[in-house]
Order: sequence, then C-alpha cells, then structure tokens
Amino acid sequence: MIEARGLTKRYGDKLAVDDLSFVVTPGVVTGFLGPNGAGKSTTMRMILGLDAPTRGSVTVNGKPYRDHPAPLHEVGALLEARAVHTGRSAYNHLLALAQTSGIPRTRVDEVIEVVGLGEVARKRAGGFSLGMGQRLGIATALLGDPQTYILDEPVNGLDPEGIRWIRDLLHKLASDGRTVFVSSHLMSEMALTAQHLIVVGRGRLIADTSVEEFIASASRNLVRVRTSDVEGMRALLSGPDVTIAETDGALQIAGLTTDQIGVMAARAGLTLLELSAQQASLEEAFMDVTADSVEFHAAPTTALPAREGGRA
Amino acid sequence: MSTSVLSDRAAAPRPTQRVTQARVVLSEWTKLRSLRSTVFSLLAAIVCIVGLSALVPAVVAHHWPPHDPADVASFDPTGVSLAGVFLAQLAIGVLGVLFITGEYATGMIRATLAAVPRRLPVLWAKTGVFATVTLVLTVPAVLAAFTIGQSILSSQHIQTSFGEPGVFRAVIGAALYLTVVGVLGLALGALIRNTAGGIATLFGLLFVLPVVVHFLPSSWSDAIDKYLPSSAGQAIVQVHPESSSLSPWVGLLVFCLYAVAALIAAAMALNRRDA
Repeated sequence: MIEARGLTKRYGDKLAVDDLSFVVTPGVVTGFLGPNGAGKSTTMRMILGLDAPTRGSVTVNGKPYRDHPAPLHEVGALLEARAVHTGRSAYNHLLALAQTSGIPRTRVDEVIEVVGLGEVARKRAGGFSLGMGQRLGIATALLGDPQTYILDEPVNGLDPEGIRWIRDLLHKLASDGRTVFVSSHLMSEMALTAQHLIVVGRGRLIADTSVEEFIASASRNLVRVRTSDVEGMRALLSGPDVTIAETDGALQIAGLTTDQIGVMAARAGLTLLELSAQQASLEEAFMDVTADSVEFHAAPTTALPAREGGRA
Repeated sequence: MSTSVLSDRAAAPRPTQRVTQARVVLSEWTKLRSLRSTVFSLLAAIVCIVGLSALVPAVVAHHWPPHDPADVASFDPTGVSLAGVFLAQLAIGVLGVLFITGEYATGMIRATLAAVPRRLPVLWAKTGVFATVTLVLTVPAVLAAFTIGQSILSSQHIQTSFGEPGVFRAVIGAALYLTVVGVLGLALGALIRNTAGGIATLFGLLFVLPVVVHFLPSSWSDAIDKYLPSSAGQAIVQVHPESSSLSPWVGLLVFCLYAVAALIAAAMALNRRDA
C-alpha cells in the first residue's frame, strides 16, 4: 500500500509534482501514466525517500520509506536510469545490495536465475544491453522478496519475450496480494498489464480510475457505418447529440450505439454493409486526457506518444 | 480493490533483513574489492611506495657523497626510502574520491540509498572500509620500503635504523598520512559528488594552496603554512621536524581535523540533499 498526500516537489521555479494525492492498493497492478516531464520519476523517487518532497508526504505500508528497518524487504524498486556501477559484475552488484540487509548469497543466485542472467552474472554490467540492464534491475527489486514493487519503465528496452515475461511477473505478484506500481510510456502495454491507472500531467493528477473506466470516460466511442446510401443514412441519423464524419466512404458516428443505428436503418429500409463499434484504445484516451498537459510538444505533429525520459 | 487477497506476510519484516551498520560495512567491502579500478589503484600505490624505495636510494648511493657538505649534514635516509609515499598519495587520494563519486556518476548511489535509506551508515561504512584497507596495505608497504631503502644505502654506510629517534614514527606516520589523504578524498568526493571536482579540490588543498600561501608576505605565510593540510599532515613523516612546522603528532591531529570537518560537511549534505 502506497499513500501519497498532497505530494509536491519544486525544482527552482519549476513545479515537477503538484499536490499529488493517490493510493496504490495491493492485489492489482497499478499503472502510472503521464507524458514526458509529468513528474512520474520524481514521484517514484519521493516514494523511495531519494528526493524529499517540498510539501506533502508519502508512506509505504503506513510509514515513510526511510523509517522501515528492513527496506529491501518492504519495497523492491527498479529505478529509471540503470542504477548500477558499470565496472561491477551483476553478481557483485546484487551481492553488495543484499549484504546491506543480511540477505544470503543463495538468494542472489536465485534472483539471477529467475531473471535469466545466469550466463552473464559474472560479467561487467557496463557491457549489458538495455534489456539485460532491465533484467538486472528486476533482480534487484526481487532480492528482498518484498510486499511492494515500484518499477519505473520496466519493459523499456525488452524484446517481446521479455515484455511478456514482465507482464506475467507483474500479474503474478499482484495476484499474490502484493502492491505493484509501475510506470510506463507504452500505453498499449499498460492496457494489457494494469488494472488500475493513475494518470498525471504536468505534475497534477488527471485520473485515478480503472483502465476500463478511463477508456470509457476519456473518449467518445464511435460507430463505423458503411452503407449503399451515404446521404440517406446521414439524413436518417442526424440529430442534436449526434456527430457524423465521413472517412473513405464510411461514416463515423458519435452519440448513437450500434443497436440504435441498426434498428433505425432497418425501419428506414437502408442497407447496412458494415456496422461496428470502434472502441478507443488506451492510447487515444490518454492523448485525449493529457492533450493540455503535454509539456514538451513535438513540432507540428503531436501524435507520437511522449516517452518518459525524466530527470536523470 | 481486492484487498482481501493481501497475504499476511505483509505484517512484519523478517528481523533477519534489517539494515545494520555492520552489514553496510560488509556491503561496502564487497563494492571496494569488486571493482578492477580500485584493485589496480591500490596496487599502483603499493608499487610506487616499494619501487621508489629501491630506485631513489640506489641513485643517492651511487652519487654519494654530494658536493655540498651541507647536503651531507642534512641527509635524511628515512625520507629517501619513503620517496614513493608522495607519489602514492595521488593514487590513494583519487581512489578515495572515486569510491563515492563513482556511485554518483553511474547512478549506483540511488540503489545504495534505496537499500540504506537512512544514508549515513553508507558514509561511515565507506570511510571505515577505505581507511582500514588503505592502512592495512600501506603499513607493510612502508615497512618494506624502509627496509629495502636502508639496505641499499648501507653500501655507503649512510643508512639509519628503527632504533634512531623518530624513525619508526616517521615510517608508520607515512602510512597514517596516506590513509588520511584517502579519507579526505572520500569526504570531498561525498561533498562534491563529482569525480573531477573532487580530485581537483583534494589536490588543490594539498598541493596548490601551499604555493598560493607562499606568495603572501612572509609574516603571513610563516604563520599560516604550518596549519595547511599538507604541511600539517607531512610533519609526521619528518624524522627531524623543521622548526617552522608543527610537531609530528599535533600536525597529524590537525590533518585529521581537516578530514573530520570534511566528513561532517559531507554527512550533513548527504542527509539533506536529493540523491
């Protein structure tokens, strides 16, 4: 359980996190979404006591992280940039961290095997690929067998197999009743991984809701209609709350359900060639909701999903 | 939210996984020995100390006696055999800085401080481990350097021995001086959090500051010089202290105070700043 209350962080005159309050509950995977510079990494660093909040507070399992006597057993963290000394082997990196908490060498060997780094564990971490670095980060998080996981962009740099492995791992951890808080800029990935979403933009809370509700509330669901009589259909469906757009011979209709359109068409004797609900993806919902809060707009086209780089 | 599936293992952390100062010390020992660069730097320091203890006395013995009789009178056989100490301080000072700034440069510090969120045990452990390792390696090195150097000087019968006053203190003092240089470097590294800045500050204090002070009027420079870190610290390495310098142990104490002051500043900064 992670509880943030009025969490605020100011760097100079820039407000990185602005009065953020949320609760991350055990048993589900909670996604942490937001465009570039939204304050996700800063928030995660504040949870881990690495950065001190300007105002507000955040607790993990009822206490500030710093006050836990066995922090590695409390929270497993995968931090943004690779928090690994490049000159040290993966094994010695994990061993040094394990030793701070009296975690035995057998556990170090165990987590190395679990993340699949067995063959390279004695090699310098500086030579690791991004994906291997992420696996080492996951191994670090697993060391203390904690109850709470905070993972910043865990699938970043992983191959499809690795992504699926992370997704399964997160689901397993959550279904065991653990708290899983995971940030990602890959919204399609979040749709598959997370059950709950906390969405931020410019340091402010935009949404704190389930994935389904987020998609439903943030987007108008469209219905796609193809017909032999486009003008007749347009005239039939027009109404005060209905908007109709035409794209390559098909109508995109907002404000009516497929059921309603089907019944109306049948009564008017119009031929339907296609009638399908176009559900917005999480990505579209996300772009919709955060459109005003994207800090660094790419020049003219803003269609690219913002990649969370954050402050190193 | 299905809080009902919260397993009871959340209740209490296993007492075996608590962070203790002793465990952090073990962790820092693992970090120190598991980097090739630290092993090589320490090795380089030892090679400097022992290697120059053969080279410099051999050159001196070969050219003995010097032309100037004053040089004969002021000849310091102990100092000649410990010439490598002044080169070794570069390796040990740099290593002290790197032991902490290497973590900032790579981001490792965030993993370290997430594992030890109370932070200060990390600084104490790094200091203790580095000081112990430096002392354990440099004491035998300076003893070996002295022994080799004197055996070479004995060809001209200009050697000294541990029996002479001040000699044993100066030899062991060289190891103590090197250790405090390393600790000062570590403290400055922790304070500045940047390798280049830490090294520049350390060697600025040790080597540049005395030069600057010498440009001052002599009434000032004579009063200030002996309290500078390098002058104070090197007093213990002199068998016959100059009248202008502090006495050996007072000098070492002053040098230690510089290191302690830097450590306290580093501790306050570590507690206060964002990682």
